[in-house]
Amino acid sequence: MNKIFEVPLYAYERSPDQDASSPARHKVIVIGAGPIGLAAAIDLAQQGIEVVVLDDNDKVSFGSRAVCYAKRPLEILDRLGCGQPMVDKGVEWNLGKVFFDDRQVYDFNLLPEDGHQRPAFINLQQYYFEEYLVNRVRELQEAGAPIEIRGRNKVEAIGTHADHVKLEVETPEGSYTVEADWLIACDGAGSPVRSMLGLDFVGRVFEDNFLIADVIMDAGFPTERWFWFDPPFNRGQSALLHKQPDNVWRIDLQLGWDIDKEREKRPENVIPRLKAMLGEDVQFELEWVSIYTFQCRRMEKFRHGRVLFAGDAAHQVSPFGARGANSGLQDTDNLIWKLKLVMEGKAPESLLDSYDMERIHGADENILNSSRSTDFITPKSEMSRVLRDAVLDLSEQYEFARPLVNSGRLSVPCTYDGSPLNSADALLDGPARTRPGSPCLDAPLGDGFLLPKLGDKFILLTIDADAPDLIEEEGIEVTRLALSVKDDPTMELKRRYLGDNDSAVYLIRPDQHVAARRATFDETQFRHAIRRATGKE
Amino acid sequence: MSDLTLTPNIAGADDFYAELLAAHEGLDKSASDALNARLVLVLANHIGDRAVLSKALKAAAFKE
Ligand SMILES: Cc1cc2nc3c(=O)[nH]c(=O)nc-3n(C[C@H](O)[C@H](O)[C@H](O)COP(=O)(O)OP(=O)(O)OC[C@H]3O[C@@H](n4cnc5c(N)ncnc54)[C@H](O)[C@@H]3O)c2cc1C
Repeated sequence: MNKIFEVPLYAYERSPDQDASSPARHKVIVIGAGPIGLAAAIDLAQQGIEVVVLDDNDKVSFGSRAVCYAKRPLEILDRLGCGQPMVDKGVEWNLGKVFFDDRQVYDFNLLPEDGHQRPAFINLQQYYFEEYLVNRVRELQEAGAPIEIRGRNKVEAIGTHADHVKLEVETPEGSYTVEADWLIACDGAGSPVRSMLGLDFVGRVFEDNFLIADVIMDAGFPTERWFWFDPPFNRGQSALLHKQPDNVWRIDLQLGWDIDKEREKRPENVIPRLKAMLGEDVQFELEWVSIYTFQCRRMEKFRHGRVLFAGDAAHQVSPFGARGANSGLQDTDNLIWKLKLVMEGKAPESLLDSYDMERIHGADENILNSSRSTDFITPKSEMSRVLRDAVLDLSEQYEFARPLVNSGRLSVPCTYDGSPLNSADALLDGPARTRPGSPCLDAPLGDGFLLPKLGDKFILLTIDADAPDLIEEEGIEVTRLALSVKDDPTMELKRRYLGDNDSAVYLIRPDQHVAARRATFDETQFRHAIRRATGKE
Repeated sequence: MSDLTLTPNIAGADDFYAELLAAHEGLDKSASDALNARLVLVLANHIGDRAVLSKALKAAAFKE
């Protein structure tokens, strides 16, 4: 077993709040130091907002969890100052193979598009991800940022008020009361905060169990994603093999519904299953074995007054398609800049309702995709199995059937079409991928890239167009980033942002989503767009 | 938008029908089901037009 599971990363320390005569009041409290809570806190601290993270544990997460991280979350992590260690340690992969019964039916290459700083995907154990986030918190603390993590601080009760939230927190040295202007609940799929507030979490449970194992082995398997439907070593079920750093391999074995979980988890039952899959002579060591059932569900609303839910607490998906942590990072990316403007009085509180609207749109897209993958992988009726097997058989012979094979659609960020923060698209025949609501696409700029230049503030991106260097509209500052198609000899900047136009001006939100675009700068129109993007119109 | 053809469109209807039956000749129920499923997918891909496919699904289910 890896040592990192045992070391307290944020050991309990007594806080002055525990001895305060009246409850201390913080700007923001985040509940949960999982990946999403830590990302939220880092984002706040980077923007100078005081934040305290409470977690009932003091270590990295337990068991086999997230493995695949997609390009967009890596770009968000770049903004949070932890993209590089993820990419340095992570394993990049592009090739996937699909097996049916005893044969390979086809293989695919993700063929990532050129001209992006970050790869389409990396694989990395969730414990490394969490460790890098904690390292970043420590780095911010050393630089004097107002951020604190309190380990073994378990939230036991919550009281909501019009302008603050009150918490009862249990520690090894007894309980204390603490208050916050705003609360971000990132306390995971079983969210105690959700239960304490009596809120719903509805959706679909997939009646199936999966044995998820992480094994350490020196095996000759290539760095590819292998997926089996109905293999000889796991009849009637599915299996997955995927590489992680340090010679750790993720294995998913579908087990069916009526099983004895405790029995299946015992090494004497797990090891023969793995040997049947990997080969009798392969030497391996078990790092983790867990049995999961999967669900797809979400809260009806993510905002409840001063309590904002994010990550698994707000929505849960089956892992086919790697959308859990990936989409949670998009939640906090969407939320933090809005919360900052509201806290500074620069935007109305109603701006936070757009968090609800935009991220529910994202969650629904993820739930739809994950549900469809799960339905393909685990057909629940005789005819759905017949159709599924027909697709697989055809895929071996004919290319047309391959797009129908669904062993997980890999996570892509959603475009906030129809968001009230968008202004109507005014760039005639502009590229659809950068229409208002879209996350900005990266593009090469000589020896650098576009996204790192966007940062986390409002930006007016001008490409071969004139505009003022700074616009201020009711407290919102928008800084110009002036580029030319000549900055990118590969012409991707032109293809991705201009299409056939000679120039373009984009208003870009702090979460790097497009709010408005037109061919040239028009002061009145862009002032409207800034107001719209901040919930004022 | 293209329409779903629901008027006679196959020249030599009897020949086609005989060929369809012949394809199932000697197959047991599960092999026949599998053949039908593959056939549906091959034909659906040939049609391609999503609107026509939706109309065909409704027509076959007598929902239109
Ligand atoms: C088998 C498997 C594979 C997966 N694969 C992927 C993948 O490839 N890619 C991907 O993006 N996602 C994947 N996921 C999903 C991913 O693991 C989750 O989406 C992610 O961990 C969610 O992070 P979170 O911070 O929202 O919640 P969590 O990680 O669950 O963190 C919640 C935190 O809240 C704390 N907490 C709970 N209650 C309290 C309380 N009362 N007081 C204080 N603290 C509390 C907990 O201690 C915990 O630290 C996978 C999940 C599983 C199970």
